[in-house]
Amino acid sequence: MTHILLRELDIPDIGKMEVYLANGGYDGLKKALSDHQPDDVINIVRESGLRGRGGAGFPAGVKWSFVPKDVFPKYVCVNADESEPGTFKDRQLMENNPHQLIEGALICAYAIQASAVYIYIRGEYWDIADHLDRKIAEARKKGFIGKNILKSGWDCEVYTHRGAGAYICGEETALLESLEGKRGQPRLRPPFPASEGLYAKPTVINNVETLSNVPYILVNGADAYREIGEGDSPGTKIFCLSGCVNKPGNYELPFGGETTFRKLIFEMGGGIPDGKQIKAILPAGASAAILPATDEVLDTPIVYGAFRAWGTDIGSASVIVLDEMVDIAWAAKKMINFFSHESCGQCTPCREGTYWLSRLYKRMDSGQADAGDIQTMDAVAAQMEGKCICALGEFAVNPVRATIKHFPEDYERAVGNGRLSRR
Amino acid sequence: MSLLERRKEDIERHLAKYPQKQSAVMPLLYIAQEEYGYITEEAMEEIASIVDTDVTQVRGIVGFYTMYYSQEKGKYLIQICTDLPCALRGAEAFSAKVCEALGIQPGETTDDGLFTVENVMCIGACDRAPVIQVNFKFYENMDMDSFNDLIEALRREHDAMQPYSHE
Ligand SMILES: Cc1cc2nc3c(=O)[nH]c(=O)nc-3n(C[C@H](O)[C@H](O)[C@H](O)COP(=O)(O)O)c2cc1C
Ligand code: SF4
Repeated sequence: MTHILLRELDIPDIGKMEVYLANGGYDGLKKALSDHQPDDVINIVRESGLRGRGGAGFPAGVKWSFVPKDVFPKYVCVNADESEPGTFKDRQLMENNPHQLIEGALICAYAIQASAVYIYIRGEYWDIADHLDRKIAEARKKGFIGKNILKSGWDCEVYTHRGAGAYICGEETALLESLEGKRGQPRLRPPFPASEGLYAKPTVINNVETLSNVPYILVNGADAYREIGEGDSPGTKIFCLSGCVNKPGNYELPFGGETTFRKLIFEMGGGIPDGKQIKAILPAGASAAILPATDEVLDTPIVYGAFRAWGTDIGSASVIVLDEMVDIAWAAKKMINFFSHESCGQCTPCREGTYWLSRLYKRMDSGQADAGDIQTMDAVAAQMEGKCICALGEFAVNPVRATIKHFPEDYERAVGNGRLSRR
Repeated sequence: MSLLERRKEDIERHLAKYPQKQSAVMPLLYIAQEEYGYITEEAMEEIASIVDTDVTQVRGIVGFYTMYYSQEKGKYLIQICTDLPCALRGAEAFSAKVCEALGIQPGETTDDGLFTVENVMCIGACDRAPVIQVNFKFYENMDMDSFNDLIEALRREHDAMQPYSHE
């Protein structure tokens, strides 16, 4: 398969401006500006069916269409916070194919008539932010950024903004707060960012991978894009494969059809090390419920919603593989510690719930848990559901409830037994 | 010398990026940290006045984000990812060995002030575990051999920067 996103696998130097230009680079932006009104661009992206790759899968063109026409200025924010455990795709896109992201963000900015793009990049990607700054300067030199872009009369700037080590800033309204120079605490909605976002102005926030798809759609059209993938999940997806697997890494595959966890883990990923059996899959990092690795799960074609019956989804497709040696209660403890550490502290159920859960796992780890503690864990998690400002509070429920449901034996073994461990 | 005197050009470049000055708080805090090694009280006061906000606001930000320090760390901050994907590939054992090699616990700094070790959450390099960052530069697919080589190289770099180092 040729790649739409990980194009450096087909064209090694695609990150260089000359190489990108020689391979159709910035043609999507040129086409948008010369052939289309801003609204047409929104319609093309809507017809393409492109869905957000940051986790929620919301249709990008629909989101763009919510932006009011008559309020200025407007903004585009690129979500490059990438902090979900097991996610490392946006990093590869920014390192190896940065102009495609910049072009996609500019097309989005033109479509909603924004005057600035802010790329919010996690602080730990320090060198990548510098790299992007250099790429932005290259694009400006070519006249793709700045005043009167390609003589269209439209002005737009592109800037990077470094985060500083807070997972919650990947949540879109926390990202906006952070960009405004505040603590990254999510906002109550409504209003939604499309109408009142950055500095209370209309704002579109999209993930790096989402926007990296846009140039292809502009050049080849919505129908061509829909030919890839399946049904309401058009296009390709980058799967970040990690954990107990021989060849971890990013793999770009079309949605549906032959794309299954079996293909991803055993064909692309080379299977499980040391001849071990696969036990479970975390399809979306720590945030979505765990999947027991049954044949049915392994052979289900992957599209958005394919795993609804299991109460889970692919989210940003950070696939963490767990082999038969892994104590699932230990894995759950790691995930709860993550959420407890990353809760912004605004909502009592999330702040206190994740704290109490991490205490309960600690107690289990010290060998002092009794059988009743498993029910307590489940109950504490259940009480968090539906009571929080942002989805982190919901995410944190999954590692507890789903692991207890699917792998009760791992918890029962831990009771009175001491130390949870990787094994 | 004030921060503004030391880094005027960088500060102005960041202020120019945003329609509202307060947005420049985060980049300005990074500049202060580069200059002083951590965020000093004076730096917070100066930044508050540069961006026209209250110093308590700035303090709140420093407290909220983990990449701003209100205390000095070792010259080389070694952050080891021990989050789930890396832990599945032996990162916890690796971290323990690193700490043993340096004679410190996670969160501590070596007596010579050179190295601080921290265990951190996912840093987006799970396919190359064990992975560390030293002053936010990635070192991937680590083992104790490559770690020891790295420590040696950092010690040499440090010695070379000393004005009166002994031969
Ligand atoms: C706690 C939390 C963390 C999130 N982290 C990220 C992230 O790191 N990157 C990202 O693109 N989206 C993240 N999201 C999703 C964003 O809120 C938002 O849905 C997304 O940026 C929208 O872009 P998309 O439609 O292109 O996916 C996070 C959401 C939550 C609740
Ligand atoms: S759910 Fe948690 S992370 Fe989200 S706003 Fe509430 S306290 Fe903050």
